[in-house]
Amino acid sequence: MQTEELTNLITSMAPDQKPGISKQYPEYILPLDKIRLVAKSLKENPVTQMDYLFCLTAVDRKDGFHVVYHLTSSKYNHTAVLRVVLPDKINPLIPTVSDVWSSAEYYEREVFDLFGIRFENHPDLRRLFLEEEWVGYPLRKDYKDSFTLDR
Amino acid sequence: MEETLLDIDLKDKEEYFINMGPQHPSTHGVLRFEVCLQGEKVKYLIPHCGYIHRGIEKMCEHLTYPQIIHLTDRMDYLSAHINNEAVALCVENSMQVEVSDRVKYIRTIFAELTRIASHQLWWCAFGMDLGALTTFFYGLRDREKILDIFEETTGSRLTQSFITPGGLMADVHPNFQKRVKDFIAYFRKKLPEYDQLLTGNIIFRARTKDIGIMSKEMAIDFGVTGPSGRGSGFECDIRKIAPYSAYPFVKFNEITFPTGDTNSRYLVRIAEMWESLNILEQLVDNIPQGSTMLELKAIKAPKGEFYQRVETARGELGVYIVSDGGPSPARIKFRTPNFSNLFVINKLAAGHKIADLVAISGSLDLVIPDIDR
Amino acid sequence: MYDFTPLIDAITNYLNENFSPFWAGTISMVLLGIVVLMFYAILGLYLVYAERKICARMQNRMGPNRVGPLGLFQTIADLIKLLLKELIYIRNADNLLFNIAPFIVIVASIMAIGAIPFGKGLQALDLNIGVLYILAISSMGVIGILIAGWASNSKYSVIGAMRSGAQVISYELSVGLAILCIVTYAGSLQFSEIIASQQDGWWLFKGHIPAVIAFVIYLIAGTAETNRGPFDLAEAESELTAGFHTEYSGIKFAFFFLAEYMNMFIIAAVATTMFLGGWLPFHIYNWQGFNRIMDFIPPVFWFFGKTAFMIYIMMWFKWTFPRLRIDQLLALEWKYLLPINIMNLLLIAFLTLMQWHF
Repeated sequence: MQTEELTNLITSMAPDQKPGISKQYPEYILPLDKIRLVAKSLKENPVTQMDYLFCLTAVDRKDGFHVVYHLTSSKYNHTAVLRVVLPDKINPLIPTVSDVWSSAEYYEREVFDLFGIRFENHPDLRRLFLEEEWVGYPLRKDYKDSFTLDR
Repeated sequence: MEETLLDIDLKDKEEYFINMGPQHPSTHGVLRFEVCLQGEKVKYLIPHCGYIHRGIEKMCEHLTYPQIIHLTDRMDYLSAHINNEAVALCVENSMQVEVSDRVKYIRTIFAELTRIASHQLWWCAFGMDLGALTTFFYGLRDREKILDIFEETTGSRLTQSFITPGGLMADVHPNFQKRVKDFIAYFRKKLPEYDQLLTGNIIFRARTKDIGIMSKEMAIDFGVTGPSGRGSGFECDIRKIAPYSAYPFVKFNEITFPTGDTNSRYLVRIAEMWESLNILEQLVDNIPQGSTMLELKAIKAPKGEFYQRVETARGELGVYIVSDGGPSPARIKFRTPNFSNLFVINKLAAGHKIADLVAISGSLDLVIPDIDR
Repeated sequence: MYDFTPLIDAITNYLNENFSPFWAGTISMVLLGIVVLMFYAILGLYLVYAERKICARMQNRMGPNRVGPLGLFQTIADLIKLLLKELIYIRNADNLLFNIAPFIVIVASIMAIGAIPFGKGLQALDLNIGVLYILAISSMGVIGILIAGWASNSKYSVIGAMRSGAQVISYELSVGLAILCIVTYAGSLQFSEIIASQQDGWWLFKGHIPAVIAFVIYLIAGTAETNRGPFDLAEAESELTAGFHTEYSGIKFAFFFLAEYMNMFIIAAVATTMFLGGWLPFHIYNWQGFNRIMDFIPPVFWFFGKTAFMIYIMMWFKWTFPRLRIDQLLALEWKYLLPINIMNLLLIAFLTLMQWHF
């Protein structure tokens, strides 16, 4: 599927999407309330069939947390990147996509563990790598820990 | 430390919990399985990871790109060269420089040797888990030849840090080509022994056929790639989808089996060893001359975001670099194959017996430091 | 040619003449006990050494070769280490049963050694129900295993013990029926008479096809009885750490370990006696010269040579095959071995009636 058609498809679902920064894959910055709609339809639409979520991660930037989804289709091999910007860094909240792709359940747990971003309606949101009693979210830029970090 | 997921009234249902705890002979690495059993049957299991979480992604934010190479060795240590290659390729593509053909050929030869070495170790450990203790020694005997090749060129056997952004750390040893050719001839004679010992054995087939069936949809949904995914018919070989290094110059097959049980995951890996030997044969005689290191003023990825996918011995490794133009990345994320391969185990093992759980986790070929990073 | 009966008779007469019957009996029992125990211990040690060397050679390595010439003292060093280890006491374990279990296992196996014929006249107990005695005694070992698993108060041990108990009880049937095949051919349960009936040829050859079937079944069932080889999931290290003897340390673990190797010896010895002619030399029909030469080799060497060959086969397939799962193991016994065994026994009964064996 060509990038033009993909952009038209996504614009039809989320009119206020913006193009992203990646030059490698077509990237779309979506508003918070449209991510589930776009994710579901990209998976179920027989033209796109993006059934393989190969990376779900978060980045701590100055304008907020960016949650980045890399999708591809196992049948057509076209790739797309979705991005959601969460300006609120105190209590970031975003809907889950774990019912669309099962692998997202564990990626989202990792993002919660390391960044503190909560996913609404996630079946089991708890820490993955760190202990339950750990205070703080290590991958944030303002994480301070005199015990484990020495810079 | 962590509570179990569901609250079950155990007294009525004759269920009990067993820990296949972080120290266990058959979970290869520190991984804890909390298994809920009814008699011999597994009802469900919860994997607990994080015992070897070292915070590699956070550490990399303070290191320069050549320094990151040394940390990536230690993620999936059985595919060390391929991990290095992933970061090197990501950085080179972001700077839009291309390495010489000689570097590409050598990188691919190392990658394929690593793939064979990793599959040999997997075969050793898989046989040992199932009780055929002799396979351990046969596989290691052959793997020593590859480790000798690595040691001669790079100085170390397991974590080499040889492939770096811009090329290679040093040129290969003059004996390299001859050694690789000798190894190919040697291993072509030994690989049929693996089939004689394990593949055709009726007890082995009874232990692995129809155990842990993963459908293609489940594999795609959970993101299970590599030989585990290809054993279910999911065509996910990055060497075919988005070829890199010297893969555009070689012809090889992508092996898939549609059944999705433990036996087909086993057969995929054995077939991959044969294919890797074919790739090595095509490359080793034709290594072009050239320089092994680009003259770069500074290794800095420009401002932006870059993603590189490579095929390690276990699946698709993705390196996602977010850069502000400096010598260190602002964020680096490793999308590791074992992380996705692990969490499908609950669906595969439910309903089978404990002995099958060992066979299934052996066939998924998990390396735990890759899960936890 | 070599007959130990006069020697045994001489010792017995000497004792009977110089002591009262009570003391004569007691002294002879004590002497016998010492001989059997020493034989048991030394043979057990060297069986462990043999296994380590054989499995090493199959695995492309050397095996123990540092302690003593060719590593012969390795097991003695291991035994000293085991004797000096701390005996760990478990809280909340049933101490009486926990301590008795290894003794039950080892006593059962020592008692079985007593009935095996090592040479003409070299047999501690020549009961007229010898075969039945051995089968009964080796069934007692399973009680020890179950007690060990239960008394350890640990989930892994209980699972291992239950698996092992189910396995041993099932395969006793096959062992018994396979031996009954030869008893039918020979017409007696007494070991010395079974050997005497093989003077003109071993039952493996005389009994042609059904005897070969019985032999194969006996070999499979015998290794399953002793928790060895592809049937060792009771102690499957890669699954349940060590099964029913997880919680044992020191000398108690040494008992379980030794008893396993000696049970393997007993199975091999019984196979030798029933199918391969016991201590009889290898005679080829009517080749007088060849038979005379074979007769020169003492029967004790024949017996141990044949038993060593059987033990080698059992070790060979332990180190080659992967392990069977418990349900596959039980299915093998109840769905395949048992029906074949029963049909085989009926066939042999018919053949014996018609005298259609050699």
